[in-house]
Amino acid sequence: MRVDGRGLIDRSQPVTFKFDGRSVTGYKGDTVASALLGKGVRLMARSFKYHRPRGVLTAGSEEPNALLEVGQGAAMTPNTRATVQEIYSGLTVQSQNRIGPLDRDLLSINDALWPFLSAGFYYKTFMWPRAFWEKLYEPVIRRAAGLGRITRDASPERHEKAFAFCDVLVIGGGPAGLMAALTAAKGGADVILAEETPELGGRLLSDGQEIDGTPAAYWVEDIVKELQATGRVRVMTRTTVTGAYDDGSYGALERVARHVAPADDLPPECFWRIRARQAVLAAGAHERPIAFPMNDRPGIMLAGAVRTYLNRYGVSPGRNVTIFATNDDAHRTAVELMDAGVKVAAVIDSRTGVTAKGDYRLIEGGQVIGTKGRQGLRQITYRAGSRTDTLITDCLAMSGGWNPAVHLTCHLGARPVWDADAKMFLPAPGAVPGLTPAGSCNGAMSTAACLSEGLEAGKAALAALGRPAPQGVSLPEAEDDPGRTQALWYVEGKGRAWLDFANDVTTKDVKLAAAEGYASVEHMKRYTTQGMAPDQGKSSNINALALLADSTGRGIPETGTTTYRPPFIPVTMGAMGAFAEGHGFAPERRTTSDAAARGRGAPMIEAGLWFRPSYFPAPGETTWREACDREVAMVRNAVGVVDVSTLGKIDIQGPDAGAFLDFVYTNMFSTLKVGRARYGLMLREDGHVMDDGTTARLGDHHYVMTTTTAAAGQVMAHLEFVAQGLRPDLDVRIISATEQWAQFSVAGPLSRELLNGVLDQPIDDESFPFMACGAVKVHGVTGRLFRISFSGEHAYEIAVPARYGDALYRDLVARAEALGGGAYGMEALNVLRIEKGFITHSEIHGRVTAHDIGMQRMLSQKKDFVGKAAAARPGLLEPGRERLVGLRPVEAEGRLTAGARLFKEGDPHKRVLDQGYVTSVGYSPTLGHMIGLGFLRHGPECEGQEIVMVDHLRKVKTRVQVVNPVFFDPDGGRARG
Amino acid sequence: MLIPCPLCGARDSREFTPKGHASYLDRPAEDAPPQAWNDYLHLRENPAGDTRELWFHGAGCGAWLVVERNTVSHAVTGARLAREVRDAG
Ligand SMILES: [Zn+2]
Repeated sequence: MRVDGRGLIDRSQPVTFKFDGRSVTGYKGDTVASALLGKGVRLMARSFKYHRPRGVLTAGSEEPNALLEVGQGAAMTPNTRATVQEIYSGLTVQSQNRIGPLDRDLLSINDALWPFLSAGFYYKTFMWPRAFWEKLYEPVIRRAAGLGRITRDASPERHEKAFAFCDVLVIGGGPAGLMAALTAAKGGADVILAEETPELGGRLLSDGQEIDGTPAAYWVEDIVKELQATGRVRVMTRTTVTGAYDDGSYGALERVARHVAPADDLPPECFWRIRARQAVLAAGAHERPIAFPMNDRPGIMLAGAVRTYLNRYGVSPGRNVTIFATNDDAHRTAVELMDAGVKVAAVIDSRTGVTAKGDYRLIEGGQVIGTKGRQGLRQITYRAGSRTDTLITDCLAMSGGWNPAVHLTCHLGARPVWDADAKMFLPAPGAVPGLTPAGSCNGAMSTAACLSEGLEAGKAALAALGRPAPQGVSLPEAEDDPGRTQALWYVEGKGRAWLDFANDVTTKDVKLAAAEGYASVEHMKRYTTQGMAPDQGKSSNINALALLADSTGRGIPETGTTTYRPPFIPVTMGAMGAFAEGHGFAPERRTTSDAAARGRGAPMIEAGLWFRPSYFPAPGETTWREACDREVAMVRNAVGVVDVSTLGKIDIQGPDAGAFLDFVYTNMFSTLKVGRARYGLMLREDGHVMDDGTTARLGDHHYVMTTTTAAAGQVMAHLEFVAQGLRPDLDVRIISATEQWAQFSVAGPLSRELLNGVLDQPIDDESFPFMACGAVKVHGVTGRLFRISFSGEHAYEIAVPARYGDALYRDLVARAEALGGGAYGMEALNVLRIEKGFITHSEIHGRVTAHDIGMQRMLSQKKDFVGKAAAARPGLLEPGRERLVGLRPVEAEGRLTAGARLFKEGDPHKRVLDQGYVTSVGYSPTLGHMIGLGFLRHGPECEGQEIVMVDHLRKVKTRVQVVNPVFFDPDGGRARG
Repeated sequence: MLIPCPLCGARDSREFTPKGHASYLDRPAEDAPPQAWNDYLHLRENPAGDTRELWFHGAGCGAWLVVERNTVSHAVTGARLAREVRDAG
């Protein structure tokens, strides 16, 4: 119910939203939880395992019960906490984890079965028979299990990610955080102040206290103005710092537009990576529930949350409230409710010798031992001494004390330290370098102590930055009594006592785990699922481990905590992966001929980050094969043009460039004449092939290396490593020039005729023989020409500065077409090279040696080179290794598939009898049947034999003949011209 | 994680790629016995604590660095150019 005269919401602005299809009206500033409580709605959810009716437990992001689906269709987000989601006009939320209406959930039958659904239930019950798993157990479990559901469709929501840098990051905008931010900013530091809720103030907005003699909310307003006046503070509200990482890195989730209707110009969320020189953790504390029998009914919540609903939202969760206290702090709830005119049935305090702080009924030495009310609390039973009695009440505000929110201090591996006097875990000193905990997350439980620790933490951050403490920041006066707390983790009695509300873990489950030997807290957690729900046990882990400690006869510090890991709150995958989908998944590299290729209707395929044309459809062609066959024939009979700029081009210069290449290649390059190119093979130091390509010598001290498209980056890093790490004695410098040059292959019998149309000086066999290279003028532009061939035809590669690439490509293709040729794509390029037995990374896939691909003779005996020693290992030279072969179907129409396995004729097709595999296949229009390359045990020794190719995946079986990998023009006469 | 590149200053670790222990700089001679090559290629210390690692500043200046790093705390305590480490023996 609403309470007049309380709350920071705007009562002049009613806001209507939908909850389970019903319209509910709250006010601007309300959360779904406060708006529903304001209307007297207590039932908001069903529990995970038993489908028990549940209301809210908390008023913050740690909420375990009131999880909702927000939004509709593919944009629906499950497991949104009703205590965090602000309402806006048009908001639609649904309760989850139910079948049928919320008040008559069909799965609540589980509640009646509870004696059987204890810890380890799944492990014990669904053990056997094994055949039942797939058909019976799993579908049943999957249907009933899991918190919330996901939409099958991709979310249309588009989140942001962003980076921020600051001198001091202050995490939390309560009293400690405000003082830290003010001190740091006044000391000249650039500050980011991150606050999870929409308003700064923290518990100062929840508790009716005074600072410097004025209501705390007014003091907060003044401080916020002062912060803004410094011009040094970026205040980020609705922002939760989710993790602490190395070197002052923090992750943070900003709910940019979760509180307004979806709009195209606002991302719902933004995931921040913040780098801070110093940080102050002022994350506050989480209040503990008490595990007493039947403590889960709607209407039973935390005492501090009741004050938050009252003072922040102007709502009383009940008309007749009872408080179950173990500490002085909880008595405030009674005082403030009475001040607001709400009836307080009683304060039941587990301690004796306590004095009431107001005119309410105080029951000392009392414990709540039972509750009633099917869909909301109606009555409680308590025990005080030998007396047992009942109270009619619709809201029970409980407090077992407060747990400092030490989470972020543990993210780098530190364990919190148990303070036996205060009965709480505190941050370990120096747990996160550069991060100073302050306030109640550090165990300071009075407002005065929080303010003071915040001020000191601000000064400490300044000192670490080498800045003096500022003048004119004074410590305000505030209440300085932390009160006394009695540790009461659980209450024995009849009926279930919940620890983890979100995962339905009760005290019985933890005791059972201990009895069955799961004495380690990490084992207990996994056996019972304690703390494994979206709230990660924020309100329950400490109670559970205290019970485990008692059940195993150890103390709490010996029992220890489970590991605190990021993120502190659930983070949507969409926010963490913002932009990393579609075009944002990876950078896209486009060649200079990209527009021309797309303009000709070529489908583009990815080659690493590059996009290359697959084939160029001609009028009348209906399949890619038709285009590919035509393009292959075009290159074999006339001339074709293809962009090869994606191949890595590495410029290598220096007096020792030749010696350097001798060391990275297996064969000699220092002896290569200027104006000539040579095929080179490069090994890894372990003796396996890294890459291959041609390298041309442009001058005495100048080479340009070509790498495969796939390995360009790897080879560049490798060359730098060799130059800097292994051979700093060599005077050589290396730079990638891949993007500086546009390079096109012009291949076919008419290639020279075509080129002589664009070159200022015509070439012939004498001036430009096979494997020649050199500078040329192309339409007046200085370029490079290489007479090299990847198709087996008379071919050249012509390179010009990238800015001329588009123009040259269009010109070359037009001229090729005039000669009866044209552009060709990757499919044709692949067929052409398989016909010639040329390898790519389909063959040199990282596990093959020079011996395997028949290039053992390229390993020079005259010099040392990378991989030489390891390549000589006997195991890498065995004839029985899988070695490169050509494959052709015995029947002309036989189909070959890449990835298929090879078997001897007559052998069963079993893994143990496997003889090798197929790496590349294509249909050769030149030969009229499919051809393939592959690796076969004993390889070349098997030439002429018939074997069997089996593709278990595609269900293909073909008899194939082992042949030489060079299918076409074996003596290479066509390329030499 | 920040890596203090001697040429570029402290830079985010995402600009770098690691290659493993710095002993990879100590390449045996061509005719070293197989055991020496085996040790060099395959045997690495895997310390819980301080170690020296090779990192490539590929998205920066292109330098190979020897980075001193603690594998437990992730603290980076220094970085030198591999070229200079090698020159110094
Ligand atoms: Zn650098």
